[in-house]
Amino acid sequence: MTLLHYLVLSGVLFTIGAATVLTRRNAILAFMGVELMLNSCNLALVTFSRIHGTLTGQVMAFFVMVVAAAEVVVGLAIIVSIYRARRTVSVDEPSLLKN
Amino acid sequence: MTTFVAPVIDWAALSAILVIAGTGIVGVLVAAFVPASSRRTVQVVLALVAPLAALAVVAWRWSVVVGGGESTLVAGQLAEDGPALAAQAIILIFAVVGFAVMASRLPNGEEAFAPQGAAAPGSAYEEAARRAGLEQTEVFPLALLSLAGMLVFPMANDLLVMFVALEVLSLPLYVLSAMARRRRVLSHEAALKYFLLGAFSSALFLFGVALLFGFSGSISLPDLGTAAATTVGMDGMAVVGFVLVLTGLLFKVGAVPFHAWVPDVYQGAPTPVTGFMAAATKTAAFAAILRLLYVAAPGFGWDVEPVLWAVAIASMLLGTVAAIVQTDIKRTLAYSSVAHAGFALVAIVSLSEQGPSALLFYLLAYGLATVGAFAVVTLVRERDADGNVTGEATHLSQWAGLGRRHPVLAATMTLFLLSFAGIPLTAGFVGKFVAFVAAADGGAWPLVVIAVIASAAAAFFYVRIIVLMYFSRPEESERPGADAVEPGALTRASLVLCALGTLVLGVWPTPVLDLLAQAAKFVV
Repeated sequence: MTLLHYLVLSGVLFTIGAATVLTRRNAILAFMGVELMLNSCNLALVTFSRIHGTLTGQVMAFFVMVVAAAEVVVGLAIIVSIYRARRTVSVDEPSLLKN
Repeated sequence: MTTFVAPVIDWAALSAILVIAGTGIVGVLVAAFVPASSRRTVQVVLALVAPLAALAVVAWRWSVVVGGGESTLVAGQLAEDGPALAAQAIILIFAVVGFAVMASRLPNGEEAFAPQGAAAPGSAYEEAARRAGLEQTEVFPLALLSLAGMLVFPMANDLLVMFVALEVLSLPLYVLSAMARRRRVLSHEAALKYFLLGAFSSALFLFGVALLFGFSGSISLPDLGTAAATTVGMDGMAVVGFVLVLTGLLFKVGAVPFHAWVPDVYQGAPTPVTGFMAAATKTAAFAAILRLLYVAAPGFGWDVEPVLWAVAIASMLLGTVAAIVQTDIKRTLAYSSVAHAGFALVAIVSLSEQGPSALLFYLLAYGLATVGAFAVVTLVRERDADGNVTGEATHLSQWAGLGRRHPVLAATMTLFLLSFAGIPLTAGFVGKFVAFVAAADGGAWPLVVIAVIASAAAAFFYVRIIVLMYFSRPEESERPGADAVEPGALTRASLVLCALGTLVLGVWPTPVLDLLAQAAKFVV
C-alpha cells in the first residue's frame, strides 16, 4: 500500500461526502456529508505531510478537527431549532424563501 | 525530530484583532454575570466602543507601516501591509455603523432580535419570553467574534490562517441569521441554507488547501507562488487546488455561480444583520481574494484571468437581470449585491497596479450604501388594524408613495440607491469609475464595456424604486400599506454617517483615493 492509495481514498471519501450533501434531503445527513468532506481533507493533509516529510499538514489536521467540532455545535443547534418549530428536518420542506 | 522554534510575535501589530476578539469574550462574560437590567446597555456600549478603539489602532499601525514598511508577523502567517490595514479600517467602519443599527430599537421598544433564540417560533415559551421582556444580548458578542474573524481575513498570509478566519467569521453569522424577531420560521430557514452551503463551500476550500499543500509542500501564499513557478508537472493538482480555494472565497463574496444562498439569507436574516453581513463579509472576503491573486497567483504559469472574467460577467448579468424581476426589497438588494460582487471583481480581474486601491474604494462606497439601505428597510413597517407597528414592509408595492409621507427617509434611501446605480456625485459613481479604469489599464476593455452596459441596466431597477417612492400612489391591495417609524438615535446616527460618507466620497473622493493609493503594495 503506497501513500498514493491514501490520496485516492481521500478523494473517494470527499466525493461521497459532496454527493451526500447535494442529494440527501435530510439536513442531518447532508451535514454528515460535510463532515465526511472535512475528514477526507484531513486524510489528504496528513498523507501529503508524510510525503513532504513536514509536520505542517498534521498540525493543520488538528485545526480542522477543532473547526469541525465548532461547526457541529452551530449546525446541530440550527437543525434542532428548526425541528422544534416544524417537526421535520427535510431541507426541501422549508421553502418559504422563493422568488 | 524537527526542533521547535518559538515564533516571535509582534503583539502590537495584532492589537486591533485582539481588541475586538477580547471584547467579544468579555461580552460573553457580561451576558453571564451582569444583571439583566443593565446587561443590554453594557453590551451595546462594548460593541460600539470596541470597533472605534480598533479603528484608532489600525490608524496607528497604518502610520507605522507607511513609515517603516510592510512586514510579516508570527512566522510569516500574517501580513501587515497597506491593503490589509485599509481593508481592516473599512470593515471596522462598517462594524460601527452596522452595530449601531443592530443595537437600535423601535419607538415601541421592540428590538430586531428574538427574545429567546432557543424558543421555537410561536411556542408558549417564546410568548412568555416576549412578555417577560427578555432580550438575547448574546448577539453583540457574536457579532464581535465574527468581526474578529473578518479582521484576520485580510491579513492572512497562509492558507491555514485563512481557513480558520473564514470559519471564525462565518459561524457566528449562521447563528445571527436565525435570530430575527419577526418571521422567525423564515429566519431559521435562511440560517439552515446559509449553514449547509457555507459548510459545503468551506469543505471545498479546505480540499483546495490540501491539494495546494500537496503540490508545494507549504501553505504560505508567497511560497506557493514560488513553488508554482519552479515545480514542473503536477499542474492539474495546482489548478484544481487553486480553483477550489478561490471557490470558497467567491462563495463568501456571493459571486455567480456561488450566489444561491445570497437572496434567501439576505431576505430571511434580521435586517440589521443583513446590512452588516452584506457590507463587511464581502469586504473581508474580497481582501482575501486580493492577497491570493496578487501574492500567489502570479507564480502560476497559467492564467486565472479567464475564470475571473467568467465569474465577473456572470455575476453582473445574472445579478442585474434577477434583481429586475424581484418584488421584495430585501431580495432586490440581495441580487444587486450579487451584481456588485461582479463589478468589484472587474477592478482586479487584470491584476493591474491600481486594482487593490480601486477595489477597496468600491467596497467602501458599496458597503456604506448597503448598511444605510438596509437600515432604511428596518424602519419601513406595516401597521395592524389597531395601528400597532408590526413586521417590516418588504414588498415593493408597499413602498409606493413613501416619499410623500416621509420625505427625509425617502430622500436618504434615494441617495443610497443612486450610489448603487453609480450616478455622479455619489460614492458609487467614483467607485465604479476607478474600478473600470483599473480594469481598462490592465487591458480588459471588453469586460469594461460589458460592465458599463450592466450598470446601465442595473440603474433601471434602482430608479424604479425611486419612482415608486415618489410618483406612485399606494395601490388598494390586500397588503397593509407601509409606514415609516421614527428611527432610534443609533439608527439615525448610522444613517447620517452612511449618507454623509456616500455624499462626501462622491463629491470629494481625492483624499481617500490618495490614502488608498498608498495601500497598493503587498508584502511578499
